[in-house]
Amino acid sequence: MMMQPNPAGRPAPVPGEAPLLSVDNLCVSIRVDDRSVNIVDGVSFSIRRGERVALVGESGSGKSVTARALMRLERRMKATGSIVCDGRDILKLSDGEMRRVRGGTIGMVFQDPMSFLDPLRTIGDQIAETLRIRGVSRRDAERKALHILDELKVERAAERLTAYPHEFSGGMRQRVVLAMALIGDPRLLIADEPTTALDVRVQDQVLALLDEISRSRGLSVLFITHDLGIVAGFADRVMVMYAGSVVEDGDVYSTFAAPRHPYTRGLLDAVPRIDRDSDRLASIRGTPPHVFARPQGCPFHPRCDRAFERCVIERPVLRELGGMRVACHRPEPEAAR
Amino acid sequence: MKLFTLDSVCKSFAAKTGNPTRVLNDVSFDVATGETLGLVGESGSGKSTIAKCMLKLLRPDSGSVVFDGIDVPNARGAELSRFRREVQLVFQDPYGSLNPRMTAGELIAEGLLVHGLEPNGAARRRQAQHLMGLVGLDPDNIDRYPNSFSGGQRQRIAIARALACRPRLLVCDEPVAALDVSVQAQVINLLQDMRAEFDLTVVFIAHDLAVVRHLCQRIIVLHRGEIVEQGSREEIFGNPRMPYTQSLLAAVPIPDPVLAQRRRTAVQEA
Ligand SMILES: Nc1ncnc2c1ncn2[C@@H]1O[C@H](COP(=O)(O)OP(=O)(O)O)[C@@H](O)[C@H]1O
Ligand SMILES: Nc1ncnc2c1ncn2[C@@H]1O[C@H](COP(=O)(O)OP(=O)(O)O)[C@@H](O)[C@H]1O
Ligand SMILES: [Mg+2]
Ligand SMILES: [Mg+2]
Repeated sequence: MMMQPNPAGRPAPVPGEAPLLSVDNLCVSIRVDDRSVNIVDGVSFSIRRGERVALVGESGSGKSVTARALMRLERRMKATGSIVCDGRDILKLSDGEMRRVRGGTIGMVFQDPMSFLDPLRTIGDQIAETLRIRGVSRRDAERKALHILDELKVERAAERLTAYPHEFSGGMRQRVVLAMALIGDPRLLIADEPTTALDVRVQDQVLALLDEISRSRGLSVLFITHDLGIVAGFADRVMVMYAGSVVEDGDVYSTFAAPRHPYTRGLLDAVPRIDRDSDRLASIRGTPPHVFARPQGCPFHPRCDRAFERCVIERPVLRELGGMRVACHRPEPEAAR
Repeated sequence: MKLFTLDSVCKSFAAKTGNPTRVLNDVSFDVATGETLGLVGESGSGKSTIAKCMLKLLRPDSGSVVFDGIDVPNARGAELSRFRREVQLVFQDPYGSLNPRMTAGELIAEGLLVHGLEPNGAARRRQAQHLMGLVGLDPDNIDRYPNSFSGGQRQRIAIARALACRPRLLVCDEPVAALDVSVQAQVINLLQDMRAEFDLTVVFIAHDLAVVRHLCQRIIVLHRGEIVEQGSREEIFGNPRMPYTQSLLAAVPIPDPVLAQRRRTAVQEA
């Protein structure tokens, strides 16, 4: 496997160390009429301690449902398979135990902070509440809230604690939500498109903060995005999702240099670049399938230039290939070395 | 040749309390015939307000807006009708901007009817089908309604609709912002093809600087309702002069881990 120093120059994997998170054959389904439809369709992956993994894919591929299933937030869906985080089997925990995992072992931030914040309560109150639920005294909780806003480089933090969400800009609100996710000192942070609604300069600041904090705390991050630029700058590893499955999983250097799945190659080629001129973008024909109309065989075959008979009939499984994992019957050639 | 000119345009909106807020402050620029001009800026910088002033959807408080000799805010009668035909708009939102009760064919051919360009219904239908083929839609779907099309397909309908009257200027306000990358690439390619096919002048509004670099020959950078810098693609992306432009460009992620790392190291050393 070609291991290059990862973007943040963080420690190399410890051989034999158990991963922080192991997901095995996760299926998340909904009932439609009398049928059960898998939105997430047999996803397996793991995340090491301190590792930052990006989950990418076009809208509707199942990224958010996967993330929410890890926290058992999809109450109307059925999840099967196993999710083991920090030694505990998430799908077997009681609701009470699960409440302690949320914000304890696993913290989460979403794209839209306003859906998460109570407009009628001060942000100090809301940040501290995460700890108060765990029996931390009001004074200690408030002290920690102040401390975490400092860590997130919120200026005049003490004053800000008494303000209400609407008094904050988009970037500031995202920091508040981040504070709520981090104050319980989680081992894993799940960030679902946390910067998508922000302007680039604010996005850049929030990403720099996340970079610093995850490094200093040894925090694992599952970062969901559709922006391959963010992946390249932030993640150690990238998983590409298509129609409910992970189709490719590799370290960012190898994947960006030589993606093995035709879908990953297509996505990378379709992105316009800020750092060079281009005449024409490559595009992937067609559109991603709807959940209720996912094709047989390889779900990507109707859009794939490399597809042959087998792709129409047999769904490829995710298998090891040159240090990466790829679900394809006819992968792109390996990088010339 | 100048096709469109904005000169010292100012626009304010009434605020809930206190003085009206100034949204455009002394904005002046030209659009030359045949060029693709990019208008970039963060959200709230006034991009859509400029588009609305250009399309006579908003009246500037002061300053002039002139399209090919037509005084836009005051245009009436035959001049207004020529303006409405020759300047077309494509919006960001492929969901909100198309009337859900009209079929794809009716939407695309509406301009031909409104402007009296094609009074014959069967001929209009043929033209709509031809346009659908041009923008990569299946002409057999002419009688379907917008909500049965995907986001990318709806944007193709919007483009076909804008092209039906053979406009000279197309104003695109964030036309690909709501689309996934693979579909975004299809729509960008379509815009490039249509630009050549119809000899269009294009004003392309976006917050995504990489898309603007790809499509536009000249770029205007907007910040808080003012133009901070304008120049050719080479000038803006190769050698931006204003600190604001530089900070904007530096914040755009590069989809290459090696270059991203190099840039981070450079920032840390600086
Ligand atoms: N509560 C739900 N009921 C039915 N379908 C859903 C529900 N939530 C998500 N879906 C569908 O599941 C698919 C995957 O959704 P999601 O995980 O949100 O995609 P992504 O985050 O990758 O854009 C989508 O097609 C979406 O419409
Ligand atoms: N009709 C309106 N009434 C009041 N304020 C408005 C109106 N339209 C836009 N604004 C304000 O004007 C500013 C510029 O908006 P806009 O032109 O839409 O920016 P952009 O398209 O660059 O995001 C924003 O602060 C916005 O809130
Ligand atoms: Mg999502
Ligand atoms: Mg706008």
